[in-house]
Amino acid sequence: MGIKWDKFFITGDPLILGSQIAILLTMIGIVALVTYLKKWKWLWREWFTTVDHKRIGIMYILMGVLMFFRGGVDGLLMKAQTATADGKLLDAQHYNEVFTTHGVIMILFMAMPLLIGIMNVIIPLQIGARDVAFPQLNALSFWLTFSGAMLFNISFVIGGSPDAGWTAYFPLAGKEFTPGIGNNFYAVAIQIAGIGTLMTGINFIVTVLKMRVKGMTLMKMPMFTWTSFITSIIIVASFPILTVALALMTFDRIFGTHFFTLGGGGLDMMWVNLFWLWGHPEVYIVVLPAFGMFSEVISTFSRKMLFGYKSMVFSIVGIAFLSMLVWVHHFFTMGAGPAVNSIFSITTMMIAIPTGVKIFNWLFTMRKGRIQFTTAMLWALAFVPCFIIGGTTGVMLAMGAADYQYHNSLFLVAHFHYVLIPGVVFAVFAGLYYWWPKMFGHMLNEKLGKLHFWFFVIGFNMTFLPMFFLGLDGAVRRSYTYSAETGFGPLMLVSAIGAGILAIGFGFLCYNIYWSARYADRNISSDPWDARTLEWATASPAPFYNFAKLPEVKSLDAFWYMKKNNDGLELRENEIKEIHMPSNSGLPIIMAIVFGIAGFFLIFEWKIAALVAALGIIAGLIVRSFDYNDGFHVPVDEIKATEKAWRKVDKEVKDHVS
Amino acid sequence: MTQVFGFVLSLVLTFAALFVALKTSLSFNAIIWIIGTLAVIQAALQLFMFMHLKDGEDSKAQTINILYGIFIAVVTVAGSIWVMSFGM
Repeated sequence: MGIKWDKFFITGDPLILGSQIAILLTMIGIVALVTYLKKWKWLWREWFTTVDHKRIGIMYILMGVLMFFRGGVDGLLMKAQTATADGKLLDAQHYNEVFTTHGVIMILFMAMPLLIGIMNVIIPLQIGARDVAFPQLNALSFWLTFSGAMLFNISFVIGGSPDAGWTAYFPLAGKEFTPGIGNNFYAVAIQIAGIGTLMTGINFIVTVLKMRVKGMTLMKMPMFTWTSFITSIIIVASFPILTVALALMTFDRIFGTHFFTLGGGGLDMMWVNLFWLWGHPEVYIVVLPAFGMFSEVISTFSRKMLFGYKSMVFSIVGIAFLSMLVWVHHFFTMGAGPAVNSIFSITTMMIAIPTGVKIFNWLFTMRKGRIQFTTAMLWALAFVPCFIIGGTTGVMLAMGAADYQYHNSLFLVAHFHYVLIPGVVFAVFAGLYYWWPKMFGHMLNEKLGKLHFWFFVIGFNMTFLPMFFLGLDGAVRRSYTYSAETGFGPLMLVSAIGAGILAIGFGFLCYNIYWSARYADRNISSDPWDARTLEWATASPAPFYNFAKLPEVKSLDAFWYMKKNNDGLELRENEIKEIHMPSNSGLPIIMAIVFGIAGFFLIFEWKIAALVAALGIIAGLIVRSFDYNDGFHVPVDEIKATEKAWRKVDKEVKDHVS
Repeated sequence: MTQVFGFVLSLVLTFAALFVALKTSLSFNAIIWIIGTLAVIQAALQLFMFMHLKDGEDSKAQTINILYGIFIAVVTVAGSIWVMSFGM
C-alpha cells in the first residue's frame, strides 16, 4: 500500500516534538487517572452512551472550550511571530499551518460546538420537550463532530497540518502544489464533522416544529429557539454544498480527478464559488443563535419583554434568505464583471438592514428597563458597539470596487474578527454565564466573571483595532513576516500585547469554571436570574426527563407570566404520570470511531483499508435499523422522589436567591 | 377523481413533449425549452395531484419547504453558472 512510515510522524521541529511528548503524556495520564478512579464504567454508562440532550450539550461545550484553547494557542503563535519585524519564531511553512488550523478550528470546532452545545441544552427545555426529536441521532451528531475534530487535531503531529488556509483555495490546495497529505486531513476531517452538523440541523428543525409544548405557537417561541430554528434551516440548505465540494476535493486529491485542477479541464475558481456558497451562510449559522442568546440575556436583565418581537422574527428570516445570496463578495477580485459584482454588492449591503433592525430592538429593549449589570449582561452590552464596528466595516468591504483595495489585507481580518468575536464568542460567554446554573446547579463566580470580561474585551479591542489601520496601510494577511521599513512594527506590537491580554481573560474563564465547580454555592434557586422562559420552570440542573408535568404556554415569556399569575407552577401528586424516555446506546460512539478510522485510512490514501473500514459504517447502519428498543418508562415513585428533592415544602418552584 | 384527471393531464403533457421532440422541425434550442417547460409543469402537477401537497395539516409547511428547496437549487446551480461565466 506504499505506506511512507518516514512521513508518518512529523520530526525535526522542537515545538512539535514538545507537543508530541505532551500529548502522549496527557493521554497516558488521563487513561491512568480514569483507571485509578475506576471511572470507566461510569464514563461509558453516563456519558459515552448517553442520548440525553443536556449531557450531549455539555460534551459539545467541553469540546468547544478545549478547541478554543487549541485555536487560541495558534492565534497567539501568529501574534508572537508578527510582534516584531522579521520575526524568527516560526518559519513560513509552520506559519501557514498555524493560520490554517486556527481558522478551521475556531469556526468549525470552537464556534459551532459551543453554539450547538448550548442549543442542545436549552432548546428542548425552552419548548417544553423531554428530549430532541431523534435522541440517538443527536448522540451520533456529537460523536461525529468530535471524531472529525480529533482527526483534524492529530494532523500536526501525524502526517502534517493542512497549510493552504482555512479556505483551502485551489489550485494551491490541489495535489500539484500541496503534495503532502496535510490537506487530506482538511478534506476528510471536515467532511466527517460536517455530516454530524447536517444531522443536527435536521434534528432541530423537527424538534422545534413537532415537539413544542401545548399552547406554544410559532410566534410564542422564545427568541433563542427562533434563531436556532432558522439556523438549522440554513444548515440543511448549505451544508450539503460543503459536503459535495469536499467530496470533489477528496476525489481530486486522492483519486486524481480534475474538478478543480488547473489542467484537465478543471475549474479552480469553482472551488472558491462552492466554498463560499456554503461559507457565507455558515457565518449566519454561527451568528444567528448568538443573536438569540443576546435577546434572551438582554430581555432578562432589562426586566422587560423583548422589544419588537415580530420584527425580530422577520429580520432573522430575512437574514436567512439573504445569506444565500451574497457569497460572491468573498471573491469580488476574481473580476466576474460589473453586473455580478454590483448585484452581490447590493445584496450584501441589504443584510445590514435586518441586522440594524435587530440592534435597534436590543437598544429599545434596554430603554427604560431596570438593567442589572451581571456578567452575562456585560457581554451583551459590550457586544453592541463592538459589533457595530464590525458591521460598518463590513458595509465598506461590501462595495465591490473598494474591495479591490481591502481584499486580503489585515483590514479584512480585523473586520471579520470584529464580527465573529463580539457576535459569537461574546454571545457564547453571555450564554455560559446565564445558563451555567441550568446546566450544573451552581453559578459561575461573578467577580471572576467580571475580570474575565474586562481582560477579554480590552484585549480584544487592542488586538484587532490596530489591524484596521495596518490593513489600510497595506499590511496583508497570511504573511509570516514583514520588514522594519514598512513601519508596521509598533501597531503589530500593540496588537500582540492585546492578544496576550485576551489570553489572560480566557484564563480567567478557565479558572472560573474550576473555582465555581469546587466552591460555588449549591443552594441556589432553580430560577436564579428571575428569568422569563420555560427552561427555568424546572429544577437546576434539570432532571433527565426535564419536566415532571409539561407546562402549558399562554403567552410569550411563558414562565414570567406563570410566576406573575402563580399559574401552573404547582405539581399535584395525582398529576404525575409515567414518563417515556429513550434508552442509552453505544452505537453512536462506535460508529464515530469507525468513521474516524476509515477517515484516517483515507487521509493516508490507504484506499483498500479505508474501504474495509467503511464497511463498518454500513454495518453500523444495519445494526441500527434492526434496533427495536423504543425506550423505557420512568416510574411515578422515582419522579416523585426527584421532584421532592428540589421543590421543598411549598411544592412550588424554589424562589429564594442566596 | 383528481387522480384520473391528473393522470390524463400527465399523459397529454408527456405525449406533447414526445411530439415536439420527434415530429417537429424546430431548432434544438426551442425543443429543449419547450420540453423543459412541459417537464416543470408536469412536476408541479404531480406534486398537487398525487403527492398531496395541499392535503393534511402540514400543507403550508410542505409548500414552504418545496419553494425553499427550489430557491436553494436555483441559487446554487443558476447562481454558480452565472458567476463562473463572469456574468455573460
